[in-house]
Order: sequence, then structure tokens, then C-alpha cells
Amino acid sequence: MFTDMVTARHYEERLQEEYLEGKQPAFDISAGQIPGELHLAAGQEPAAVGVCQHLREDDTVTAPHRPHHVAIAKGVDLDRMTAEIFGRQTGLCKGKGGHMHLFDPDVNFACSGIIAQGCPPAVGAALAAKKRGEDSVAVSYLGEGAISQGGFLESLNLASLHDLPVVFVVEDNDWAISMPKERVTNVSNGAKRAEGFEMPGERVDYNDAVAVYEAADGAIERARAGNGPTLLEVQVHRHMGHFMGDPETYRPDEEVPRLRRMDPIDRLADDLRDAGVSDDELEELRETAESRVEDAIAYAKEQPQPDPEEAYEDAFVNPPGASDAAAADAGGDD
Amino acid sequence: MSRAMVEAIRTEMAADEEVFVMGEDVADYGGIFDSTQGLLEEFGHDRVMDVPISETGFIGAGVGAAQAGMRPIVELMFADFFGVAMDQIYNGMAKNTYMSGGAVNVPMVLMTAVGGGYNDAAQHSQTLYGTFTHLPGMKVVVPSTAYDAKGLMHGAIRDDDPVVYMFHKRLMGLAWMPAPPGPKTAVPEEEYTIPFGEADVKREGGDVTVVTLGLHVHRALDAAEDLAEDGIDAEVIDLRTLVPLDEETMLDSVEKTGRLVVVDEDYRSFGLTGEIVARAAESNLDALEAVERVAMPDVPIPYARPLEEEVNPDGEDVAAAVRSALE
Repeated sequence: MFTDMVTARHYEERLQEEYLEGKQPAFDISAGQIPGELHLAAGQEPAAVGVCQHLREDDTVTAPHRPHHVAIAKGVDLDRMTAEIFGRQTGLCKGKGGHMHLFDPDVNFACSGIIAQGCPPAVGAALAAKKRGEDSVAVSYLGEGAISQGGFLESLNLASLHDLPVVFVVEDNDWAISMPKERVTNVSNGAKRAEGFEMPGERVDYNDAVAVYEAADGAIERARAGNGPTLLEVQVHRHMGHFMGDPETYRPDEEVPRLRRMDPIDRLADDLRDAGVSDDELEELRETAESRVEDAIAYAKEQPQPDPEEAYEDAFVNPPGASDAAAADAGGDD
Repeated sequence: MSRAMVEAIRTEMAADEEVFVMGEDVADYGGIFDSTQGLLEEFGHDRVMDVPISETGFIGAGVGAAQAGMRPIVELMFADFFGVAMDQIYNGMAKNTYMSGGAVNVPMVLMTAVGGGYNDAAQHSQTLYGTFTHLPGMKVVVPSTAYDAKGLMHGAIRDDDPVVYMFHKRLMGLAWMPAPPGPKTAVPEEEYTIPFGEADVKREGGDVTVVTLGLHVHRALDAAEDLAEDGIDAEVIDLRTLVPLDEETMLDSVEKTGRLVVVDEDYRSFGLTGEIVARAAESNLDALEAVERVAMPDVPIPYARPLEEEVNPDGEDVAAAVRSALE
């Protein structure tokens, strides 16, 4: 868990640097070497590692528009994910998806730029597992700002009704862009929503990776054993703006420095020291993680840009025109 | 352009207590694209309402408030997000006047951002003119300049029908997304309206008619300037509103030039370009010597810069289409 957390954190810090290169001094979102918006998750690592630590490759994860920490914890190919974020031809999605739309079917990971959009597909993955008699599970991540979406509430109902092996993980970072949680909902403990669907709900406070790990252990085990869904709400902290370039004028000045003093990585490091892990060992883990990130960024930058003509490929697996041509090539007898 | 829109909203809110704004990040943030910048300070949270991320809920609430006689301005942050809430938009907002036999009206503005050109990929870059115009019951307006943005917004708020107000992000004058110079037109301080259904001939010319709207008005004008150096005289028509559509200005122009080029940032198939060409053909097929369409090809909008530049029509694409129409 510590390794994944420091990997994710270093990754976010390095992406921030790379993203801003070419966009300074005046921030222009369409300039620089990384295209589009960038939503960073520094401070939210416990939600990713505490849950994904229990998952296998064949378990499904859907993540929202702030996906990197979850992707790393789920084992998404870091080199190809980074190449995708840089918009390169050899990226996970050939440069078509970008940072909000990462797909890695090798580890059953997907994310989306539409709020709460990942909840129903996670239910579907769980449904498929149940129908096939497999013991894989699905985890759907969403932010606390997404809990008002119909898609989320409909997914809870469907998952509960059919006892599906799915765990909904609400990352409560207190902010839906500029909207603080108390202006989104009157239910401060989001886990209570589970009661309305006759399913277990649990909230984990203090952005504590070990506590998330323990809560997720029960939820995943319950799902894998065929006992149905769980709702976990996890307190995390968003150290950055909603997206890079967000002026954050809505946020109290003192908040981020305060949150950084409660850094979940420092907390876990303290726990590990208490458990007898030496500073040298922690430093070694940190260095290994950082060099992995540096390698991924170096790899991404070496990759070619896509050929403009590739824009017309992949809308279909069997493109209508191409299959006609293939049929003609094959003698037209199929 | 954003300041001109906000100016109209501010004036209408000051004049009429029934006008209010509702949407995601419209209050403290002032709108992600500055579409409500400064309104909170003047009117407070009761009349500039931030809402939870729940488009079905708050757009539907806008419909209900409008039917109760208020004049809500509801923002759908990106047009791409319509899918979450389309039932409330097209089965409610658009249809209630008709279904009620005119007993109910929905004086609501649904304001939404469209357009790509900043590499934000397939879920944040669409220009869904065709989707909203295809569904009957909603007026659809698309400003291309600050002057038009203000006049069309005044008209949209005062209109007793639901109006979809689609603004292009790249015309708003955001610090982080520089606009071309075209939309920065002078804006009178006093209030004024631009009648819906009156296209604007942004450039007169005798050789070819270029029909477009939004950001692509400026790309077409750039292309027209380049073409003029080669002695090609293009007329550029900015539709400004899609519902109602000013057929007369467009058809008169085609009768004069004989050649029609339609430029659209929405998808090519089953969309605006096909509709405009069909109307020209229905009206006066004999006048048409050549037709060209410039639009997004039928693929979702890709992320990487070379891919998006390939699919999003630019001035060169427009110029090439004009030359082709003249061959």
C-alpha cells in the first residue's frame, strides 16, 4: 500500500510539472505537451490503495474523472497509461481517450468523464460474474459530489435487489468543484444511504489507509462470497484544485496547508515505523516508486504522436465500410 | 462574450424578481466558463443557486419553476452532459406546451457550453446543435459575437418558450482558453434584443455562400479573407438561431451565388449540414450549382492534438470546400 501511495503521489506531482510546461506563464489549456484538462488526486491515495489491495486482475474497477491513483492501485500499465495522458499513439487508448477516459482491459479498469457514469457498468460487471458463477467482484469509485446522481442511486438499488458482488466507494474529498459537501447533501455520513437499500454501509474517517483497508476487507469478502453489495464512504482530501488551472477562489486559503499537514502518506509511514519498518526501508520503497514514475514519463515522451488519419479508426470494431471491403476481398461469400 | 451574456442576465434579474440562475458551480465559481461571473455578489445564493450534480433533478426543477411562472436560467455545464437529463429536457421542457394544448408554457433558458479545440476528448468537446434542434419544442440560439450574445440572451430570458442557449467555450474570452479576435465586438450598455430567426450576413460576397454559426463564423471569415486574395468573393452567413431558422437570408444568398458551403462543428451525418442543404434544395434546386459540407466526421472527438486537429474543421478546410464548390 505504501508503495502504491508514493507512486501515485509522485506521479501526480510529476504530471503537474509536465502539464504546466508550455502552458506558462499565461495558462492556456490548449498549449503544452499534455492535452486537455487534468484532474489530480494527490491526497486521495488511501481510497485507492485501501480497496484495490484486496482486488485481483479479474476484478473490475470503474473510476471517475480523477482516476490516476485508482488506476495505479489496480495495476494499470503505467507506461501505456502515461503515454495515453501525453496523447501518444502507443497509449492505452491510442491517444483517443486521454486522462479521463483510460481503458485497460488487461486489469479490467475503466474511467469516465461523466459524473457517476461508472456505477451502472460496475453493476453490470458484477451481474456478469454472478451469471457466470465466477467469484470476481466489481468496485465503482465516485466522488461525494456524485451521490446526487440518479445513476448512482439506481445502481445501489439494482445491486441490492440482485445481491450483486459490487462495492461502491464514495471518495468524500469535501468538494464537488466549488461546492462544499454540506451544500450538496444533508446526509453527512454518506454510508447511511445504504440503509435505504437494505445493504451494509460504512464510513471511514481521517483519510487513513489502514482503516480503509480494513473496511474494504469485509466489503470485498462479502461480495466475493456472494452476499451482495456494500457502500463505503471514505474521507479523503483533495490537495489540488478541481482541475489544473482552477483558481480555487471558493476555497479557504488555510485549507490546503492544513490538509497537507494531515498527509495520509506520512500517517501510513508513521504506522509502518511503529510496526518496525526502518526509515531506510521506507526510503528505498519511495525511491523505487519514483524511478518507476520517471521511467513511465520518459517512456511516454519517447512515444510517437498518432497519425492524423487514425482519427477515423476504432469507432467500430467491424467498421461498416471496411467489412464490405473485407467481404469483397474474401470473394464476397460471407 | 461571457461578459456580454452576464450583462444581459444581470439586467433581467434586476428588472424581474422571477428571473433566477441555477446550475453547477454558477455561484461561488461564477460558472466554469464565466457564464455567471459576478452575479452571486449582486444577487446572493437565493437567486444564483449552486446545485448538487444532479442534472435530471435541477433541470427538471427548472421546468417546474418555469411552469409555475418563474423565469429560470438553468446551466447544463457541458452540452455533452445532456444524456444524464435528456428526459427532463426533451420529454418535459420541450413538449409540455404542445402536450398541454398550449395550456402550459415553459419560459426557461437552458444555457450550455459547446465545442472542442482544447483537447478535452469525446465527453467534453461536442457541439450538439443537431441533437437539440432535432427535438421539436425548443428554440435554439448560438451567438458568435459579444453583441449577439447579449441581445440573444435578453431575448431568450424574455421568451415565453424554452430556449436552449448554446455558447462556444472558445468564444467566451476565458484567460485559459484564448478566443479569436472576432467575438470581441462592441456591446452597447443599454438593453436590446436580437430577434430570433434573423441570420446575420457577416461578410457579403457574390461567388459562394458559406452558412455557419458559433466559432466557425470566425473560421469562415478567416477563410474568406484568404480566398479574397485569390479573387474569390465569399458571402458568410451567421445563422445565430437554429430554431427558428432564417431560411430567407440563406436562400436569397444561394440564389445570388449559386454555390452553398455549410460549415458545422457538429457531426456530419443527420445533422445541420444535411438540413441546410436539404432546405436549399427543396426551395430552389435550380439555383444550386454546387454544394459542399464541412463538419465533424462521424467519429467521437479524439483526445490527442493531431487527431482532434484532423477532425475539427479549420479555416483551411473551409477554404478548400469553397474552392471545391467553385470548380
